[in-house]
Amino acid sequence: MTTASASKEPSRAVVNWREFAVEQIVRLLGLSAIALVALIFAFLLKEGAATLQEVPLSNLAGTRWYPTFGYFGLVPLVMGSLLVTVGAVLISVPLGVGVAIYLGEIAPEPLRDVLKPTIEVIAGIPSVVLGFIGVLAFSPLIRQYLGAPTGLTAITGSVLLAYMALPTIISIAEDAMDAVPKSYRDAAYALGATEWQTIWRVVLPSARSGILIAIMLGVGRAIGETMTVMMVTGNAARIPTSLDAFLRPARTMTATIAAEMGEVAQGSTHYHVLFMVGITLFVLTFLINAFAAVALFRSERRGGGRLLS
Amino acid sequence: METPAKIELQHVHFAYEDHEVLHDINLRIPPNQIFVLFGPAGSGKSTLLRLLNRLTDFSPEETHLQGKVLLDGQDIFAPDVDVTRLRQRAGMVFAKPVPLPLSIRDNITYGLTLGGRRDRSTLDETVERSLHAAALWDEVKDRLDDPGMALSGGQQQRLCLARTLALQPEVVLLDEPTSGLDPISTLQVEEALFQLRESVTFIVVPHSVQQAARVADRAAFLLMGELVEEGPADVLFTRPKDKRTEDYVTGRFG
Repeated sequence: MTTASASKEPSRAVVNWREFAVEQIVRLLGLSAIALVALIFAFLLKEGAATLQEVPLSNLAGTRWYPTFGYFGLVPLVMGSLLVTVGAVLISVPLGVGVAIYLGEIAPEPLRDVLKPTIEVIAGIPSVVLGFIGVLAFSPLIRQYLGAPTGLTAITGSVLLAYMALPTIISIAEDAMDAVPKSYRDAAYALGATEWQTIWRVVLPSARSGILIAIMLGVGRAIGETMTVMMVTGNAARIPTSLDAFLRPARTMTATIAAEMGEVAQGSTHYHVLFMVGITLFVLTFLINAFAAVALFRSERRGGGRLLS
Repeated sequence: METPAKIELQHVHFAYEDHEVLHDINLRIPPNQIFVLFGPAGSGKSTLLRLLNRLTDFSPEETHLQGKVLLDGQDIFAPDVDVTRLRQRAGMVFAKPVPLPLSIRDNITYGLTLGGRRDRSTLDETVERSLHAAALWDEVKDRLDDPGMALSGGQQQRLCLARTLALQPEVVLLDEPTSGLDPISTLQVEEALFQLRESVTFIVVPHSVQQAARVADRAAFLLMGELVEEGPADVLFTRPKDKRTEDYVTGRFG
């Protein structure tokens, strides 16, 4: 502290206004990031709040989404988003963690050097391209082999979203496992653990906070994704009642906003409800992130997730 | 011939890639006592220790071994050796205490459950017996479900010792087990070894010559990968035959 203030003394004496200006600009930029988020939320609220006056809650909580006829039930949209996201998680998490284990622990060096960059290329595919592939190549397979009436189903969306989330999950999960100290592995081996037992019972639990973050980032990408989902899920707003729903079309919140916003009269009830959908999505994403943060905090407090003693 | 050796090394040469770490080591380690391997850093002590339960198998570099390593007269590098069983017979405690990210109880039973043991009463019995043996029971008996990480450094190291003892090993390899511990914790670990040496063969790489002299029944002095001298501790630390041993023990170099 003392050295810092001592070195500041002369610069203040010269009245360095540049220093002051730069400091203020950086401060402004920093604050603007926060302000932007606040403004976005304020804007959503402002445009969406009118919904509560125009549409009764019982309608919003209803099961039908037919805006043209005044039915604004959000439930099928929320369920649609959840259905597609849950499907994506169920597919991408085991696959992603599995690939991460293979890359980090098992694959021989030369193979890893090819695989890692290849996987990272996947992250760069624009979502509309992925949707295109989904519509043309993937959805016919779903119709043919899974016996769905149409290829544009929730599961089609799930698979493509899983594919989009994979690079994130793989590379972050692998980093997390890489950070587990060698001494842990040695300790497990020295107790007679096999390579697989070491991975499963020591490396994975030690890396679990990092793996959880990997999964959350993947889920975050999946639930917010719009273009691919809109192209391949069929966009029928219906409430899933059984597992069968994966093989039926679904309509997500994001796709609804994207598809209808362009058509709607500004200031109309429909317009306001679409903002309400946005608010719901915002809150849902926030809740998921909060849950993850709490889970992470808990596991760290128990000492389980800590990497180094 | 005296009692059969627990561990015997015959003309062992060991190299990482083309860098030879151990040169022509011949060593007989008798059972049920504390055998100390000491010498300056980079002498190959740790490598020798890791060789004895084949942790060297996991080296990222290529390794070359010549000669024979025998446990109870059996070559541990023979192709039909069950490495898991070997590591249970010859357990290891490391310099840095590494409690696994589990509770105290689960840390101890980890090795057993790997072998498929699930029977609760046996496991509980093992937990108590091992913690007693490592002189840790009184300190942790009321909080066996706390994470192993929550213990102090000295307690963690005794937990690691207990974890190794839970498998009822015949040999325990300790690589500078007290290097990070305060004197009182060090004493507690050493006491635990003294208590057990009737039934277990300890091979210890100490973190100082003083500790070597304090705990050893027999000792071997390694220098630059060469076995300089081996013998009973009272001889080695007071009247060494080799000039280099004497210089190292008396602190003229090292």
